[in-house]
Amino acid sequence: MAVLQQIVFIITLGVAVFLIRKRILRIRSTIQLGKQTEISGDKMARLQNLILVAFGQRKMFKKFIPAFLHFFIYVGFLVINLEVLEFVLDGVAGTHRLFAPYLSEFYNVLMNLFEFLAVAVLLACIFFLLRRNVLKLARFWSAEMTQWPRLDANLILFIEIVLMTAILTMNATDQILQTRDAHYVNTGTLFFSAYLIPLFQNFSTPALMVVERLAWWFHIVGILGFAIYVTYSKHLHIFLAFPNTYFAKLEPKGHINNMPVVTREVKSMLGLESVTTPAGEPGRFGAKDINDLSWTNLMAAYSCTECGRCTAECPANLTGKTLSPRKIMMDTRDRLEEVGKSLAVGGAGLNDGKTLLNDYITKEEINACTSCNACVEACPVMINPLEIILELRRYVAMEESGSPAQWNSMFQNIETSFAPWKFSAADRFNWAKEQ
Amino acid sequence: MNVPTMAELAAKGESPEILFWVGCSGSFDDRAKRVTKAFVKILNAIGIKFAVLGTEEACTGDPARRAGNEFLFQMQAMSNIQVLNGYNIKKIVTACPHCFNTIKNEYPELGGNYEVIHHSTFLQQLISDGRIKIEGGVFKGKKVTYHDSCYLGRANNIYEAPREVLQALDADLVEMKRCRTTGLCCGAGGAQMFKEPEKGNKDINILRSEEALATGASTIAVACPFCMTMMTDGVKNKEKEAEVKVKDLAELIAEAQGL
Repeated sequence: MAVLQQIVFIITLGVAVFLIRKRILRIRSTIQLGKQTEISGDKMARLQNLILVAFGQRKMFKKFIPAFLHFFIYVGFLVINLEVLEFVLDGVAGTHRLFAPYLSEFYNVLMNLFEFLAVAVLLACIFFLLRRNVLKLARFWSAEMTQWPRLDANLILFIEIVLMTAILTMNATDQILQTRDAHYVNTGTLFFSAYLIPLFQNFSTPALMVVERLAWWFHIVGILGFAIYVTYSKHLHIFLAFPNTYFAKLEPKGHINNMPVVTREVKSMLGLESVTTPAGEPGRFGAKDINDLSWTNLMAAYSCTECGRCTAECPANLTGKTLSPRKIMMDTRDRLEEVGKSLAVGGAGLNDGKTLLNDYITKEEINACTSCNACVEACPVMINPLEIILELRRYVAMEESGSPAQWNSMFQNIETSFAPWKFSAADRFNWAKEQ
Repeated sequence: MNVPTMAELAAKGESPEILFWVGCSGSFDDRAKRVTKAFVKILNAIGIKFAVLGTEEACTGDPARRAGNEFLFQMQAMSNIQVLNGYNIKKIVTACPHCFNTIKNEYPELGGNYEVIHHSTFLQQLISDGRIKIEGGVFKGKKVTYHDSCYLGRANNIYEAPREVLQALDADLVEMKRCRTTGLCCGAGGAQMFKEPEKGNKDINILRSEEALATGASTIAVACPFCMTMMTDGVKNKEKEAEVKVKDLAELIAEAQGL
């Protein structure tokens, strides 16, 4: 029986690892469709962002209550993974609570800490479910939060609640079994699950063993299943938040990335530099599809957990325009997924007749952006939707000459009178003579 | 009003302490021109040796770049840099956060390296150095709210200098709920100044003006010519222009100095 359990466990673990690995490779290859960009700047500053913003959750804490609850889920995730390690080793080796004899007294402290976190995670998830579905916080119900994104969020919270309940059930039944069967190592009193003991006290020993095993299996299979699910969901931020903060822009937010291709052409037009480098294919100006964006933009799309803090701060969105920075990131990820899926089966991939611009993101959306950086400031994991918006605008302006008519007039005014309005350049200094 | 140009100074073999970059709004927009003049009066009053480019100045290219026209931006940037480098300019002060951001953050990659200061920071420094002395307390007890310009605040982390200027005026500074890092845009950035907004249920400047009016302040202080236009229009839209004035920091100081 025990050997059978070991075999089943090893197969389950193998399948999970296989599926997760396959999915990670897929995501990596779609991110690599993006342009290679030079990661410049101070490595220490990047590391500091990673430590303070991702690891330290600094930007989360701008909203204290959700940050506090999220912090428990986050720490719970990190710490309870230590217990998962014991689960995996027990599963493979056919042991029970492998670490207990080695850690002796400390095992009890550790288990109680896990239980405390499990309860905290459980309560936080219940609060978050209520906030989404009962309090109906506006940013969880805006236009781009269609059925799937809403279900995705609820599923994640629900699965976490179920997984935590499984841990507590397992520990409660285990504690009863410790008094009845020598196989069950003494863990000492586990504070939180002890409250569940009365529920199981009257169960027969074999029944308890079944419940304990079921809870154990449920928890570990649940965790493996959840790990696979995460790679398909918005929940990927639990991993990608770390590289995303590391690779985030270091320049002041007002800075827009330069286009060296244009610099070369403008210099030669102004006679500042003779073009010695071969012209070559300059490629597309700006971005029409995901492969025109930098790989960091694409990774950012996978890092987005759809919290909507960006959209809740966006002046265009607040005044009823179609622009939503969260939707920009969701659309980018959806397009990546579509192309990735197609390429995986030898399909048309990027040449499927669709593009990020127009098929996912409309000109109306990108034209409404005031470049105010409210979305960039708001993002707890330093995603920059503005970079994508500006690259799309560059494509529209330079490849299509498709900017709004008033912008085209503004361009013309700058070209002819060196000001965005139609004034004569010769009158620029007239103000000094006026009283 | 004494406004020397760089060409005049260069002809005399002199160089200024600062170059005052006026910007297109400051040169052509009637309301913004009043800010330009107020700032010049302050510079004249405390005897700072400055110069402007006059007709040699041209749009920094900010709206072109933000609307996606990188070619036009770089054409503007490079010819401006040629002019600035030709005069060997070291230090630039401007009253426009958009010009400030572009020259400070985007010109270096194209060969233009200068110390660039926004007039809010410059005025705050003059006050703390004691070069501007504010007496009389014209604004004592008056409620003033400050509207953060995105291109000063989030874009360049300048939140305190404008507020310190207002505090030096002895004004009663009241904050809007959305301020500093969460300040709401006036609606003009990213080249929106030059086109009609997309379809929505409200204009951004109306929303922001409502927030400013809700503070009960009699003055809405701004530090950006675009914010000036947007907030002035918003206040007018709410028919509050008789009670509530939208003023630039330079104008408030000039007023307190009786200039």
